[in-house]
Amino acid sequence: MKELVVISGKGGTGKTSLVAAFASLAQNKVLCDADVDAADLHLIMDPQIREQHDFESGHTAIIDLDTCTECGLCRELCQWNAISEAFVVDPIACEGCGVCYYFCPARAVEFPVNTCGKWFISATRFGPMAHASLGIAEENSGKLVSLIRQEGRKLAEQQNADLLLTDGPPGIGCPVIASIGGAAAVLIVAEPTVSGRHDMERVADLAAFFRVPAMVCVNKFDLNPDQAEAIEAFAGRKGIAVVSRIPFDPVFTKAMVEGKTVIEYDGHSEGARAVRALWEKVKERLGIS
Amino acid sequence: MIISIASGKGGTGKTTVATNLAVSLEDDVQLLDCDVEEPNAQLFIQAAIEGVRTITTPVPKVDMDKCSLCGKCGEICQFKAIVVLRDIVLPFPELCHSCGGCVAVCPEKAITETGRELGVIEWGLRDGLEFVHGRLRVGEAMSPPLIRKVREFTRPEALTIIDAPPGTSCPVIASMKGADFVLLVTEPTPFGLHDLKLAVGAVKILGIPCGLVINRADMGDDKVWAYADKENITILMEIPFDRHIAEAYSRGEMLVEVIPEWRQRFKHLYHRVIPLVARKEQPR
Repeated sequence: MKELVVISGKGGTGKTSLVAAFASLAQNKVLCDADVDAADLHLIMDPQIREQHDFESGHTAIIDLDTCTECGLCRELCQWNAISEAFVVDPIACEGCGVCYYFCPARAVEFPVNTCGKWFISATRFGPMAHASLGIAEENSGKLVSLIRQEGRKLAEQQNADLLLTDGPPGIGCPVIASIGGAAAVLIVAEPTVSGRHDMERVADLAAFFRVPAMVCVNKFDLNPDQAEAIEAFAGRKGIAVVSRIPFDPVFTKAMVEGKTVIEYDGHSEGARAVRALWEKVKERLGIS
Repeated sequence: MIISIASGKGGTGKTTVATNLAVSLEDDVQLLDCDVEEPNAQLFIQAAIEGVRTITTPVPKVDMDKCSLCGKCGEICQFKAIVVLRDIVLPFPELCHSCGGCVAVCPEKAITETGRELGVIEWGLRDGLEFVHGRLRVGEAMSPPLIRKVREFTRPEALTIIDAPPGTSCPVIASMKGADFVLLVTEPTPFGLHDLKLAVGAVKILGIPCGLVINRADMGDDKVWAYADKENITILMEIPFDRHIAEAYSRGEMLVEVIPEWRQRFKHLYHRVIPLVARKEQPR
């Protein structure tokens, strides 16, 4: 079983639309949405939830004002300025480090575990899917990403699947790091803009840093063929496989509005044909049928 | 006044709105790019960089000559960033959140702090506009401490425009907390709307007033207008999809440079934000 993780650096380059289209094309696979912070793949996959679990991670301090002697030690030690003058903890500022809980001489601090999201195992018209939703303004997205990938992998092994197809998050920070470690390969979806190129270069460096083989695909390449070439030239210099290009085609947005993959919406469109060609190349690189 | 530009979904046009707004106003303006994982504003602003600073976060260093292997540091650490073995204490600096717990708890004063590089902050000027951004080191997982350092450049007397990262978790909260107004940029697609709802949820938790910019307003469907109406969120600007605009953006050109009348529209946008800030409700 091979895991392909689709990432981009910059947000909005078309990761999820491409993952959805691949879901239409790939055989014997399990889907995983590792963009837990702003998960969108379910909007196309329409998952029927089979299992639902709470995601518990980290702690938040709560001060019991009846027990608190207002000695002020917690405020002195807190690195996050999370404790007000009235000794009320701001749960958003609280990092869950437990220093106040540990040191409070009056034992007035409680330190319960946070439930910061949910994760699901679902059935979709393209096969099983592991996905999650992080609570708004919650922390530990990296841990939830690791968990959901682990669940996706378990599912794939149970099903004897050839492929775990994972939709990754944008950026290069903690959730992205959690989403690429141990993958067979990442596919970087880049857009041919100064921002897209800049962000692709950073995320390509990240993949190299964690020694994950990378491929790159320029989406909407015809918006700026010079930038597309520059991205591909960068990839060439870094030993990243340039798999293929996708043209700008409004069919991607139209398919999304209908809740369909681009292959389902109009399999003969220019966009769909380009995605098919891309998928053939990706399959070949991954060594799956 | 602080205006944060956020979106939920990535690639909706946050940087376009933040940069064009910043250069359209004649007041004392500073633009802070807090999308430190992928900072793009400078590609458009092209400020003359005047200073660079490497930002580190404190992480523990253990003096084994003083350490008695009591195990208290390993016990207090919630992040498994310091582990006590039979004859040695091993810090894992990349996991450390810099809470200072191990330093405070050590009875032998064997733990001191050293730095882990988070990234760099650069600052400079473009005409009268003050520009600051952070660049997270590739391989570094934690962006919020770097974002907070960028925000230390905030001058209370200025209008501070913050370009926030996508999503709704800690880096976004670090970029919105304490703002007077959040300008949400969305696109009228199912993904755009879904993530906008999450962003509005985050803004509500923080108790900050917000307004909406709809980018590529003529693509997708009309559900975002119905949502804004239902939630009573003011739509402050609509930007149509225009291949000419998209191509100019791809070259790093700013909207107000390509089509100068947009300068007036961004000024107007700012003047529509002011009364919404004045009506600000008390945070819960």
